[in-house]
Amino acid sequence: MPEMNLVQAINSTLAHEMERDERVVVLGEDVGLNGGVFRVTEGLQARFGAERVVDTPLAESGIMGSAVGLAMAGMRPVPEIQFEGFLGPAYDQLVNHAARYRTRSRGAITIPLTVRVPVGGGIHAPELHSDSPEAIYAHHPGLKVVMPSTPSDAKGLLLAAIRDPDPVVFFEPKRVYRSFKEDVSDEDYTIEIGKAKVVSEGEHVTVVTWGAPVFQCLAAMDELPEDVSVELIDLRSIYPWDIDCVVESVRKTGRCVVVHEAPKTCGFGAEISSTIQEQCFLHLQAPVQRVAGFDTVMPYYKLELEYMPEAPRIAEAIRQVLAY
Amino acid sequence: MPKKVVYEAAIEYLQILDENGNLDKNLAKDTLTDEEVLSLYEQMVTYRHLDEVAFKLQRSGRMGTYPQNKGQEAAAMGTAFAAKKGIDFLVPCYRENAALFMHGLPPHYILLHWMGDERGNQIPEGVHCTPLSIPIGTQMLHAAGIAWAYKIRKEPRCALTYFGDGATSEGDFHEAMNFASVLQAPCIFICQNNQWAISVPREVQMNSETVAQKALAYGMPGIQVDGNDLFAVYKATREALDRARAGGGPSFIECVTYRLADHTTADDARRYRDPKEVEAWVAKDPIIRHRRYLESKGLWDDAKQAAAEAKAKTIVSEIVKTAESIAKPAITDIFDYTFAELPTDLIRQRDTMRTSSLGQNPEQAGLTGSSVEVA
Ligand SMILES: Cc1ncc(C[n+]2csc(CCOP(=O)(O)OP(=O)(O)O)c2C)c(N)n1
Ligand SMILES: [Mg+2]
Repeated sequence: MPEMNLVQAINSTLAHEMERDERVVVLGEDVGLNGGVFRVTEGLQARFGAERVVDTPLAESGIMGSAVGLAMAGMRPVPEIQFEGFLGPAYDQLVNHAARYRTRSRGAITIPLTVRVPVGGGIHAPELHSDSPEAIYAHHPGLKVVMPSTPSDAKGLLLAAIRDPDPVVFFEPKRVYRSFKEDVSDEDYTIEIGKAKVVSEGEHVTVVTWGAPVFQCLAAMDELPEDVSVELIDLRSIYPWDIDCVVESVRKTGRCVVVHEAPKTCGFGAEISSTIQEQCFLHLQAPVQRVAGFDTVMPYYKLELEYMPEAPRIAEAIRQVLAY
Repeated sequence: MPKKVVYEAAIEYLQILDENGNLDKNLAKDTLTDEEVLSLYEQMVTYRHLDEVAFKLQRSGRMGTYPQNKGQEAAAMGTAFAAKKGIDFLVPCYRENAALFMHGLPPHYILLHWMGDERGNQIPEGVHCTPLSIPIGTQMLHAAGIAWAYKIRKEPRCALTYFGDGATSEGDFHEAMNFASVLQAPCIFICQNNQWAISVPREVQMNSETVAQKALAYGMPGIQVDGNDLFAVYKATREALDRARAGGGPSFIECVTYRLADHTTADDARRYRDPKEVEAWVAKDPIIRHRRYLESKGLWDDAKQAAAEAKAKTIVSEIVKTAESIAKPAITDIFDYTFAELPTDLIRQRDTMRTSSLGQNPEQAGLTGSSVEVA
């Protein structure tokens, strides 16, 4: 099994699927010759040609809207939006068309596209290169939203996404693009969209997160006393999300902290915590807590770590929930 | 039923100072005086040096990602010099720093911006520009709106907006052009066609022969100029501004120039661009040709060049010192500019630096210490 970081895993998975399915086309800004600004599509144009790995004009609405058309016409487009902050122009095409075509046409027209989008902060980037808009897309019926945090999850989820008959927003947490490597199986495997992963089993408190904060949560767990046993859940899929996994865990632990980078208000943590109180009310020993970004614009990088849910803030929330 | 041509058009190209420093005296009439060229050239030397120092700051970890302006100074400066400082309004992208400096933006603001500090965006009173705009192709609509307001209030002012060749692919660009033209707003669209949008060359970006011809579809005058020639850039902008101020509506200027550096410090252009192409453009560098021109007029020599470079060094090191002496902002900065008046919950988040209610109201949770008790 080769060792890969997140970038390499996504790159080789794209190649794997392009080899297997000639309907798959990759399109976006700088994805061809340059291999993408994060090099996620490196080498794909050389291998599969400029017809299947396409440097498009600089236009996100164009990328998304034409991907909708490609999908309608029987292709499997995998557009890239260079940074989550530039989803803006693509939003109309994504939510008003990609997400709605199945319903609009009563199943006659479907849009199997997977849009890949680097997401999140922590890399000292300029404005609009560090946001976390996953809840916005999860809120739109008709879209699936995933955010793997590890190379092997990325492979399984990306194959599931490309093969899914419906549109999937595939968020790639850029802070962990190259932060570590792990073995990624050569086998063809998918991870079901909507299935969470229990990263570590525990008894006293459930911590639910996704994307790069998984690693901040692990660091926070190191700050806690040894006898505190945390069940860490990496949601992986934001919509649909694994309600059963989270509910089962919270019924066991009676306590829960949800962690995400996005602003607190209307962040996906709100959905999770609301579902927990609906389904675990009598099991709860403490109110569900959220450690999230503040309800402000993501600051420029001098202050980004003060904004983001770093380990000390997560550890403190866990302590308080335990002491309640 | 007749079949006839209903529309015919051509795009003019204007060059006044060629790359060898030869001036077309006829075309140069009523453009720049020698004193003006001299002063602009000296500023160009300074801003080029600042750009190179900014690159080094990034490389040595003292600044974040930075997009070099190198090679495009004449387009920025010729347009900005034609505009009225403190009256007209500049709506930039990020590759025309010199234009902003000429209109009064303190240069260390640009460094602060790329050092990840929003205070670089807090444009001082009296400086007429917006902060750098990161989402490509969006800011031109603001210029159209600003110019529209000037028209409504019958003020003899114009908005000038800057953007790249790649930006003309975005839908917002076309909407801005159409709005400005339909509303006959005094807005000057300045495209810095530097031949590349990161790794995508102009001919892959668009299938049209010129960028300028896009203006014609919106019923707007469009011209292509040698963007490395201060005279041509100035003349075209001057004409556009005069027309706009007289109620003649918007204009489009394509400045043909070249991005001599990588797209940003995060980019490596050797991956996609032929070094021979870069070399050919190095010869067309605005610094080289304006120096040649001044030398041919007996206004410049090696000693003056050495003096100008020494002066640039002093100025730039002061700029860097100023930017680096500014301490990290207070954490409350994250909150303070979200609204005119902060909503209650945001005040709570600011005062406690927490989003969790337990952390915000420890007394409510009956917490005294942080001792851990496990159920
Ligand atoms: C809406 C949007 N999409 C993508 C990007 C990423 N990006 C930054 S600069 C750039 C290329 C811009 O090319 P051009 O307009 O020619 O300006 P230049 O950088 O060449 O000056 C891209 C794709 C962005 N900043 N905004
Ligand atoms: Mg360009």
